[in-house]
Amino acid sequence: MNPANVRTPSVGPVAEALEHRLHSLWESPPGLAGFFSTVDHKKIGIRYIVTAFVFLVLGGIEALTMRLQLAGPDRTLLTPNQYDQLFSTHGMTMIFLYASPILSGFSNYLWPLLLGSRDMAFPRLNALSYWIYLAAGIFLYVGFLTGNGPNDGWFNYVPYAARDYNPGLNEDFYSLGMVFLGVSVTIGAANFIVTAMRLRAPGMSINRIPILVWGTLTANVANLIVVPAVSLAFFMLWMDRQFGTHFFDAGNGGQPLLWQHLFWIFGHPWVYAIVLPAMGMASDALPVFCRRPLVGYSVVALSTVATMILGFGVWVHHMFATGLPSLGLSFFSGASIAITVPSAVAVFAWLATIRLGRPVTTTAFLFFSSMIVLFVIGGVSGFMTASVPVDWQLTDTYFVVAHIHYVLIGINVFPVVGAVYFWFPKMTGRLMDERLGRWNFWTMFIGFNVAFLPMHLTGLLGMPRRVYTYADGMGWDTLNLITSIGSLVLAVGVLLLVVNVFRSLKHGAVAGDNPWDAPTLEWSVSSPPPPYNFAVIPTVASRHPLWEGRLEETQARSSLSRGMELKSGKEVIGTTSLDAAPDIILEMPGDTFAPLCVAIGMALTFAGLLLKSWACVWVGGVIVALSLLAWLWPRRKLREREPEPAGAVESAHG
Amino acid sequence: MVDIVLAAPRDLPVGPTGRKGLGSWGVATLIATEAALFSYLLFSYFYDGVATPKGWLLEPSPSLKLALPNTILLLLSSGVAWWGEHGILTGRRGRALWGFGIAFLMGTVFAIVQWYEWHAKPFHFGSSNYASLYFVTTGFHMAHVLIGLLVLAALFLWTVLDYFSPRRRLSVTAGVFYWHFVDVVWLFVFTTYYITPYLGFGR
Repeated sequence: MNPANVRTPSVGPVAEALEHRLHSLWESPPGLAGFFSTVDHKKIGIRYIVTAFVFLVLGGIEALTMRLQLAGPDRTLLTPNQYDQLFSTHGMTMIFLYASPILSGFSNYLWPLLLGSRDMAFPRLNALSYWIYLAAGIFLYVGFLTGNGPNDGWFNYVPYAARDYNPGLNEDFYSLGMVFLGVSVTIGAANFIVTAMRLRAPGMSINRIPILVWGTLTANVANLIVVPAVSLAFFMLWMDRQFGTHFFDAGNGGQPLLWQHLFWIFGHPWVYAIVLPAMGMASDALPVFCRRPLVGYSVVALSTVATMILGFGVWVHHMFATGLPSLGLSFFSGASIAITVPSAVAVFAWLATIRLGRPVTTTAFLFFSSMIVLFVIGGVSGFMTASVPVDWQLTDTYFVVAHIHYVLIGINVFPVVGAVYFWFPKMTGRLMDERLGRWNFWTMFIGFNVAFLPMHLTGLLGMPRRVYTYADGMGWDTLNLITSIGSLVLAVGVLLLVVNVFRSLKHGAVAGDNPWDAPTLEWSVSSPPPPYNFAVIPTVASRHPLWEGRLEETQARSSLSRGMELKSGKEVIGTTSLDAAPDIILEMPGDTFAPLCVAIGMALTFAGLLLKSWACVWVGGVIVALSLLAWLWPRRKLREREPEPAGAVESAHG
Repeated sequence: MVDIVLAAPRDLPVGPTGRKGLGSWGVATLIATEAALFSYLLFSYFYDGVATPKGWLLEPSPSLKLALPNTILLLLSSGVAWWGEHGILTGRRGRALWGFGIAFLMGTVFAIVQWYEWHAKPFHFGSSNYASLYFVTTGFHMAHVLIGLLVLAALFLWTVLDYFSPRRRLSVTAGVFYWHFVDVVWLFVFTTYYITPYLGFGR
């Protein structure tokens, strides 16, 4: 039997010779070539995190500029046109270029480590999704920096966005950029789904996977299904603007409300997609600092999935004020109210975990536990607007702005910063400074609440969102000033985080493998992890492989120091979807430039579409097609073709 | 599981073997997202059909003279591609070449007829929202047909180069799977645009 076709995986202990061999197999070459060709999920994950953070800072600067403009009545720092582009670009940046990619970054870095694997299912697609994200981000920002940023808000309603009312290239940059970015999200989603279904450590059955994996998996199933809706909507908008179709233009039978439907069919599930993974981070990390397992693992996992399923059926609550039939309004109002149930399940699970545990107050704990408070505030204000008559009063006021910021900063930024404190030691080998961390937390927490809690009142007093200024004597002056001051304090908090990261990179205390004494697999390897993650593939017997000694949940013990070696090549083990029984040995692709080439080709295509330079579109398209052909060319090494006959295989198989 | 893995490990296939492997999962996710795209296109059609006043159908009785045979041709090409795949499964390369080659030709004929059909329409994509939807939906499908033709051409080339065996045929399984999708989704597009007006929708 040719061992290149069928093999019994050899089992052995972690040994130096093995580590040495795996290192040479998995490490990317140094230098520029390695930089542009790597498919290492850890490198890609960190790129995602850093890039998303840069966008967070850009979006923050945009927000601060707007807060300066709004600090008092009748200020003239910004013109209405500049203000339009700023608030739209701020929304686009935070929602599309920060909130989702930052979570993809953490999940890309952490998933294989959490799951006991050596890489993601499709390493080359992983690289591709990052390059496209970067290219689309640059594409959108080229628009903004040339005065062609989006200017109709992030949800971009027609007819404002139609060409008659918006003749510049602003909306074309936004439309094409969003279609481009959607490709990245979709590719990433496919990768996450297949990884979760097929690449878990043996024994990590579906009821043992960390909640972060549940969160990201659920979010990405949603992405796979809903991203085409928004890509299609933006494509139709671009066709309407540039080629005279009539999808949205009421004069020729087009339906302006179709835009809203397509946008929110995507938009509302997307809101859950950018919080569920962050909630998963809290569900995994908070218990570590409570020194006990999460209370109600199963219900939390199920409520994650239930939130998403209900989340598909609530999009019309963004459209209550558009004059829809009352039966429709009632249905979507009911669904929106019902969705609080699974959300509340998670909240009570976290509270019970804190109550039943022995909390250790670290900076990470503060960020995760404060998220619960912010989630409840943001949840309650969302619940209020789920009621149709209340929504009619509040829609398009600052109340909604306060709500979305409690949700997105409260349930995305806060847990993400907590995750930075929690996983930074794993990524860099050094702990972050706790003292500076406290300053970081309290400035962010106080600044955030000072900025956004009064904003509810601003909205209740009737101040509409998206106005570039307001008149004196409306009763909004003091509230706006407080919000501006609070946002400045929040910005100082984010700055402290940046300072802490850079200081700790050099001067942080050395972390060791498991500084928090945490239970999951990523803490069983060195910090930072080696390129191959695990010298031997862990075999898992419980949800908390590193806590088995004291929890005594089962008789069986996970095996971390003895397991499958898989050293014949860049190999991982594929397992069955439910039980995670070993199913197949997979040969993983090496480093390659194909993803970068595809991304460059696509960038050329989209630039050509924007400028209507068809030559550019053709060149880009041909680059994409040829790169894909080379990428998909069947290879012996990946066993897409028959391997060399048995005699020709060198005897190094394991 | 620990006992099974460590004490009694068993033989495992190495790399994609038959249908087994990650590639089929990858194509399944691709098809899921593409199917979603088409369902939003059709959603837009039905939404507009309900929301626009009567008379929005520019062709209340769309001619089936070309569209129906063309639909049957495309569906048959799926069967031919499947027959070609079966050639790989049973180690008969000649049959595989015929299968992929004929499926490619049938797909090409479909594309040409569809092109002709577009030109024969009494309206163009800027005539109304119905016309825009018709051309963009069938245009999206045409783009998928062209990609599918490239895939079939690659499979043909790789079969000429004798790359596949009954055990190692992931590209074939994935490629033919994609072609089936292109054909099945046309059935939905065809039913929506050519059949539902006869059933009374939008008339």
